[in-house]
Amino acid sequence: MSKLLKVTSSPHIRHEDSTRGIMLDVIIALLPAAIYGCILFGLRAAIILVVTVATAVASEAIWNLALKKPQTIGDCSAILTGLLLGMNLSSQTPVWIAAIGSVVAIIVVKQMFGGLGFNFANPAMTARIVLLVSFAGQMSNYVSPIDAVTTATPLANNTPITLKELFFGMHSGAIGETSSFLLIIGGLYLMLRRVIKPIIPVAFIGTVAIATLIAGGDLKLAIFGGGLMLGAIFMATDYVTTPTTDLGKLVFGIGCGLITFVIRQFGALPEGVSYAILLMNILTPHINRLTLSKPFGAKEVAKS
Amino acid sequence: MKLPESILRPVKLIRGGMHLDHQKNTAECETVIMPTPSTVYIPLSQHIGAPANPIVKKGDNVFVGTLIGEAGGFVSAPVHSSVSGTVADVKDLTIGNGTLQKYIIIESDGKMEKDPELKPFEIKSFSDLAEAAKQCGLVGLGGAGFPTHVKLSPSKDVEIDTLIINAAECEPYITSDYRECVEGLKDVIEGVYLIKEKLGIKKVVIGVESNKPRAIELLMQVAADHRDADDSVKIMKLPSKYPQGAEKVIIYSATGRKLPAGKLPSDVGCIVMNVTSVATLYRFITTGMPLVSKRITVDGTAVSEPKNLLVPIGTPIKEILDFVGVDMENVDRVLMGGPMMGNPVVSCESVLEKRNNAILAMRDKKPQPQTACIRCGRCADTCPMSLYPAMVETALRTGNKESLNSLNTNYCMECGCCSYVCPAKRPLTQVMRTAKAEIRRQSK
Repeated sequence: MSKLLKVTSSPHIRHEDSTRGIMLDVIIALLPAAIYGCILFGLRAAIILVVTVATAVASEAIWNLALKKPQTIGDCSAILTGLLLGMNLSSQTPVWIAAIGSVVAIIVVKQMFGGLGFNFANPAMTARIVLLVSFAGQMSNYVSPIDAVTTATPLANNTPITLKELFFGMHSGAIGETSSFLLIIGGLYLMLRRVIKPIIPVAFIGTVAIATLIAGGDLKLAIFGGGLMLGAIFMATDYVTTPTTDLGKLVFGIGCGLITFVIRQFGALPEGVSYAILLMNILTPHINRLTLSKPFGAKEVAKS
Repeated sequence: MKLPESILRPVKLIRGGMHLDHQKNTAECETVIMPTPSTVYIPLSQHIGAPANPIVKKGDNVFVGTLIGEAGGFVSAPVHSSVSGTVADVKDLTIGNGTLQKYIIIESDGKMEKDPELKPFEIKSFSDLAEAAKQCGLVGLGGAGFPTHVKLSPSKDVEIDTLIINAAECEPYITSDYRECVEGLKDVIEGVYLIKEKLGIKKVVIGVESNKPRAIELLMQVAADHRDADDSVKIMKLPSKYPQGAEKVIIYSATGRKLPAGKLPSDVGCIVMNVTSVATLYRFITTGMPLVSKRITVDGTAVSEPKNLLVPIGTPIKEILDFVGVDMENVDRVLMGGPMMGNPVVSCESVLEKRNNAILAMRDKKPQPQTACIRCGRCADTCPMSLYPAMVETALRTGNKESLNSLNTNYCMECGCCSYVCPAKRPLTQVMRTAKAEIRRQSK
C-alpha cells in the first residue's frame, strides 16, 4: 500500500484573504480616526474605546464558553464591533453605559441571532440606538474639543463653523466621527484593499448631498457635521447586514441617504444616520432577492 | 520582436473570474521522453460515455498503437496499447480512485516497437474527419475527455461558422499545451487548416492567454506563412484571467455568443477544440499513430525540479513522480490536472489517462480557519456565470427547495473561483456540486 494522500473537492488552492484579515483591515482603517478622537477628546475617549472593545470581546468569549460553542473571538469581529461602538459614543458617556452598549451589541444583536454572519442588523449601530433611547440624557452630552465646554454637535446648534474645522474634525461629536478627513483616508484604504466597494458610501453621501442642496440646507454641515462619514463608510458597508449585489448596494445607499435626510430635515432628532442604516438593514434580504442578476446566457434562452 | 497589430482582441470579456498566480515554472522546459515503464495499466474508460470493450486477451502480443479496446457505443472511444509487449491480464482493478474499472495490463518488452500495420489515414470526405478522430481514440484533451468524433459530427441542422482552438491554458502550473504550440507547431497549424477545410468552416480563432507571448508569436508567424485566400485563421490574445479557457468563456471571447446551460457549442455555431487535440489528430492522419502517449507537466509545491514529460498512457503515477525525483514524504496530495479543477488521486497507483495534462504533487500550507459566511459577496462577484454560491449554501443548509431551484445552479461549471476567493474558507464549489446533485435527485 503506497502512501495515503489527501483527497478533497477542488479547487486545491485558496486565496490568502481571510475573515480575520478583513476584520483587521477594517480595524486598521478605523484606527487613524480613533486615535485622533483620543487626542481630540483626551483620556476619557481612550478609556471608552478600551472599555467597549474589551467588553465586546469578553461578551463573545463568555457567550461561547457558557453555551459550549467553539471560541470565535479569533476572527476579530468583536474587536471591530467594540471599536465601532466606542467611536460612535460621546467622550462624556459614562463608562458603564458604554460597557452595556458592547454587551447589547454582541449578545443581543449578534450572538442571539446566531453569531457572525447571521445578525440582520449592524451590532454597533443597533447598540448605539439602544443606548440612545435608554439613556437619552447621558448619551447626548457632547463637549467641544477646543475648550472642553459642553456643547451640541454642529448639526444641532447654529454657531458658525468653517469647512476646514468641519473637515478636520475640530468640532464636537462622537469620538470617532468628527474627522471626515481621516475617515475618508480609511475608506480609501479599504477600497484599495478591495475590502469594500465605493457604491454604498458614494450613493449614501451623494443622496444626502443632493437632497440637502435641493432643500436649501447647509451642504458642508450635512456632509461633514454629523455621523454621515463614519456611518456611510464603515457602518453601511458592513457585509453581513447590507446587500451583496451591486444594484442592491446602490438601492441601499440611496435609501440610507433619503432616510437620513428626512429624519434630519423633518424629524425631531438632529441626526438620523443610525436609524437610516438600521431601517435599511431590515430591508436588506428583500433588496438582495429583488436585485439578483440572471446567470450567463439565461437572457438568450428567455428570448429564443 | 514587436507583435504585429493583426492579433485579434477578444470580442467580449466575461464578468467575474480572477487573476491567479500563474506558476508556469515549466514553460521553457523542453519535453523529456519518459523511460518506458515495465508495466502499463490501460483503463478502458478514459472518456465521457460508455467504456471501451477489450479485444485482446491474456498472452496476446501487442505493439505501440495496436487497438486493444473497441469503442463501446457512439459516445465512447477506442483505446490502444501504449507500449510493445505482452498482455498480462484483462481485469477489474480499484486503482482509479477506488472505483472498480476494467484495465488491460501490458508488460512491456522495452522495445517500443510500432505496430507495423499503422498507416496514414486518408481523408476523402467530410465524415472521414470524425472517423479519423474516432480511430485515433481522441478525446477532449483539455481535461473533459469528451470523445472528439462526437464533436466533429455536428447535426445537419446547425450551421458551424467558427472553429475555436483553445490554447488558453488558464490553470496555474500547466504548460503542456504551451509546449505543444512550441514543439508541435507544425502539427498544430496543419491540423487547424485541415479541420477547417474538411468541415468547411469560414473562421478559425486560436485563443492564447497573454502570459504566453512566445506561443502567440510563433502561431502568428506560421499562420502568416500558411495564409489562405480569405486569411481565415486568426490568433486571439486573451487576458490571463482564470477561467479564460473554459468553453463558455472562450466562445464568448471569440464570438460574443453566450452558451446557455445544457447547450452544446454547436448550438451557437462553434466547435471548440483543445490545441493538443488538434495536433494529435493531425499526427494520426499523417502517421497512423493513435493517441498512446501524452505530454504532461509534472509540477506542484512539493516538486523541486518540475518537468514536461512525454509519458505512455497507463503509466502508474508513482513511476512518473519517481522519475521526476519527488520525495513522497513531502507530498500531501497528488492532483491530475490543475489546482483549480484537477482531481485528486487516492493513491499513486492510479495511472495516466488520455485526458490528463498535468500531475501536480502538492504540499499543503497551514489551512486558515473556516468561519461563518460573512456575506462579503466575493463568490458572486467572481463567478463567471453570475451565480450566488453563498445563497446556494444557505438554501442547501436550510433545505429551502424553492430557493435552491431559483438559484440556477445548473449553470455552474465548477471552475472553483468561489471557493478560491472565499475569505471564510467555505467549500462553495463543493456546495454547488452537492446542490446540482440534489436538484437532479429531486427531479427524478
